[in-house]
Amino acid sequence: MAVLIKSETFNPASLQAAHESSLNTGSFGATATFIGSMRNVNEGDDVIGMMLEHYPGMTEKELEAIIEDARSQWPIDDALIVHRVGDIKPGEPIVLTAVWSAHRAAAFDACRFLMEALKSRAPFWKKETLKDGTHRWVERNTPGY
Amino acid sequence: MTIRVKFFASLREQIINPSTEVDGSQAKTISDVWALATDEPMPAHVLCSVNLDHKDPGDPVADGDEVAFFPPITGG
Repeated sequence: MAVLIKSETFNPASLQAAHESSLNTGSFGATATFIGSMRNVNEGDDVIGMMLEHYPGMTEKELEAIIEDARSQWPIDDALIVHRVGDIKPGEPIVLTAVWSAHRAAAFDACRFLMEALKSRAPFWKKETLKDGTHRWVERNTPGY
Repeated sequence: MTIRVKFFASLREQIINPSTEVDGSQAKTISDVWALATDEPMPAHVLCSVNLDHKDPGDPVADGDEVAFFPPITGG
């Protein structure tokens, strides 16, 4: 189980592979991943950049608690959450959630749970920079279901 | 003893000259901490934490706590 907060851009596939290399190959039969990346349009406006603020300490604590909640609900072998902070450009990854389990049902469901729980519990906040140079805080998440 | 107070994101930009510490003997709840730290009313949507755990405004606080206020979460 791992939680990583990244202040620079990251390669989701590389981090997934690196984490998987530490696992007992053959023990799991399913891997589910979700990657969230930055769009260049939001609410009809062109967005050229974003600053992701977080609450150091609480962020890691919440993400670790979310993984523990997933472990209590599904028989998962392992999980990884990676999240960006700082200045982000369109197209760059923001978040990676990955779950390894024996079978696909737990992998899919737990991976979805990690993502949805993160959206409401982990203290991150987005501030967008629009094409005209103005800034605005993102006030709400889009519904996940 | 004091209670440390933090504001994040849009709240940090909106609250004018908030106190970063308040007298712990004068605050029984998170709402009390808000009232001691700023002259502005607490927004209806505000979220709060004590010692890195999500809490509600009516929850108790104690000397030495770290209390934080922040707007709805928008990560992921």
